[in-house]
Amino acid sequence: MALHWRTSPTRPGPLAMLASYAILTVWALVVLFPLYWLAITAFKLPIHVNEGPTYVPFLDFQPSLHAWRYILVDLGNDTLRPYLNTVIVGITSSVLTLLLGAAATYGLSRFTYRIRLASVLVFLAGAVLAAAGMEFGLPWQLAVAGGLGAFALAWATALRRVGGPRLGNADIAFWMISQRMLPPVAIVIPIYILFQRLTLLDTRTALVIAYVAANLPIAVWLLRDYFQTIPIELEESAAIDGANRYQILWRIVLPLALPGLVATFLFIFVLAWNEYLLALFLSSAKAQTMPLLVAAQNATRGPQWWYMSVLILLMIGPVIALAIVLERYIARGLLLGAVRG
Amino acid sequence: MRETRPVETTPARGDAVAPSAHRIPLTCDRLVTWADRQAGTVLVLPAVLVILALSIFPLLFSLYLSLARFQPVAGGFRFQFVGLLNYRKLFVGSEQEHFLGRLGSLGLFGWVVLVALAALFAVLLWRSLRAEPVTPLRLLGHGIVAVAGLAALWLAVGTIASGGRPGTLVVTWVYVFGGVALQFLIGLLLAVLCAQQLPGRRFFRVVFLLPMMITPVGVAYTFRMLTDTGKGPFAPVANWLGYANVSWVNDPWGARIAVMIGDLWQWTPFMFIVLLAALESQSPEPVEAAIVDGASRWQIFWHITLPQIAPVASTVVLIRLIEAFKIFDMPNVLTGGGPGTATESLTLHAYVLWRSLDYGTSAAVAYSLLFVVTFVGIAYVRLLHRRVTTLG
Repeated sequence: MALHWRTSPTRPGPLAMLASYAILTVWALVVLFPLYWLAITAFKLPIHVNEGPTYVPFLDFQPSLHAWRYILVDLGNDTLRPYLNTVIVGITSSVLTLLLGAAATYGLSRFTYRIRLASVLVFLAGAVLAAAGMEFGLPWQLAVAGGLGAFALAWATALRRVGGPRLGNADIAFWMISQRMLPPVAIVIPIYILFQRLTLLDTRTALVIAYVAANLPIAVWLLRDYFQTIPIELEESAAIDGANRYQILWRIVLPLALPGLVATFLFIFVLAWNEYLLALFLSSAKAQTMPLLVAAQNATRGPQWWYMSVLILLMIGPVIALAIVLERYIARGLLLGAVRG
Repeated sequence: MRETRPVETTPARGDAVAPSAHRIPLTCDRLVTWADRQAGTVLVLPAVLVILALSIFPLLFSLYLSLARFQPVAGGFRFQFVGLLNYRKLFVGSEQEHFLGRLGSLGLFGWVVLVALAALFAVLLWRSLRAEPVTPLRLLGHGIVAVAGLAALWLAVGTIASGGRPGTLVVTWVYVFGGVALQFLIGLLLAVLCAQQLPGRRFFRVVFLLPMMITPVGVAYTFRMLTDTGKGPFAPVANWLGYANVSWVNDPWGARIAVMIGDLWQWTPFMFIVLLAALESQSPEPVEAAIVDGASRWQIFWHITLPQIAPVASTVVLIRLIEAFKIFDMPNVLTGGGPGTATESLTLHAYVLWRSLDYGTSAAVAYSLLFVVTFVGIAYVRLLHRRVTTLG
């Protein structure tokens, strides 16, 4: 069938179009007003903010660059360093998350896994023993070795095909998502201790590791549904042509799942870019990220709205650019083209 | 921990020694074949290991923390094991009113609401039970969900009724279920509108994504700016309504709604972007066929589009449910949990306890939250998610 762009079946009539525009415009205003307020606050002097609301620059108040000067010139490196940290940690962790997540998702959607419940229990018991060992003063290297031992033992249990009911793919996926359930307030102290033992506190590495682990479940769950909608016929014909699993994944599945990959990347990047609580515990000076700097403007003299606004605007800039560049990939018809072409 | 026998259900690899593969040296060929055979394990293992490493240890440690009491001693501190004392404190002890709330008198209206919600819940359960053959295990599962759900409904309606005071548990439910439902409906509406062939839709699509891009701490401070009755943009309106100097954030429900609006503003884009991607990757043939058959737009949406995007929609709701249970920045910055503890979520409750060095009770709150989320998550997956996704 010829691949050409036909009139979409969902082209609305004039009345429906008007209604659509009306709703879309209302929501656009809802979205934009807080941002407008942020933008004008960044150009207000403290005295103007405290006097009461003013709405239009030049008419209501005289815009000033004082907040920008303070953040960009006076603070200088103290703004640049957190900014660079945020960029590096955000990109590195998102790319790693997407790679690991796409591989895992493909595995979960095309293979059938059967895990023995007994293996899981053996592993858990080993982990508890290792943790208890650490509690009673064993060196951590020994505890890690114990944990790995438990893992190997669990593996052996699985291979020897003993024990209990089996867990399937849905259980693995649910286990992954369940890792997002514990509130960060509760797991942040153990994670702090973990990175302290590994002497990784206040490094970007620690943040990258933490963010990959935190965001992987989200990536897997978002990608799972996109992978399921990819027609299996394409993979079958590729397999007949002699492609192996990894080639199929790299050359066929990933390009077809591109809209989903882009949406997922965008989402996990934003999560990493904006993350606050883990960063608060895991970084202090060297690896400080931007959200910490924003929160730091709520000082003893009350929130410094003008500085805060400048910092938030600086943080939004790159993500907006990213959203505009990547938005086109979330376009219709990729899948359509593949099946027909 | 996993048995590595990927049972090949799908693409038949057949005798997959590719014709071209013969040109590669033998050892390399073997390696490729081996790696190909182990693909199922190789693909999943890295992700599983990373998640394991950063989940098992914190989970176990927190569990221990929730069964212990923090005691400063000379030259440091120690944790003393106290069993379930922390949990007892939450459910029947000094933290009960903070955590569970206080029951009010239901009244006629309260009873009507309670019975209506219970009936709705029962219908949902019944339909789910009927969907598959009934086994004793499934019956037991549904029974547990029914009892827990009714208890939760009773607690929610009872504490919100006149004279009652919802605790942090019920307030969190309000944020989660109210907030996520609204976010889903608005996100779906916007996604459907943006999936049409409208000139200028790209502008809307980019604009709608913006709130999600801002750091939650920043959004919370922005909304604190906006809701300020003295310096915020709506101050004249508040003055005109006679609220001058009386912050509407001082009213419990006003404050809760403010928190929910902030959360709605920030997270509707997430629903929007994922649902939009789902709408755009659905196959057009069924829609075209329906148009040929003369189906109306509503019929097409209800019978064709919605079932096609149902798996993605269900997943995105589950993710938002789980994330919404952890709502923290918005009430913390916007209202500080006040007035009183009216806007305090469970996470904030845990944080407040943690800040006052009551680590044990804090971890107990966190574990209660984990229990509630797990329960809601499992119930959601069993009752709804599995029915709309093929792979469940």
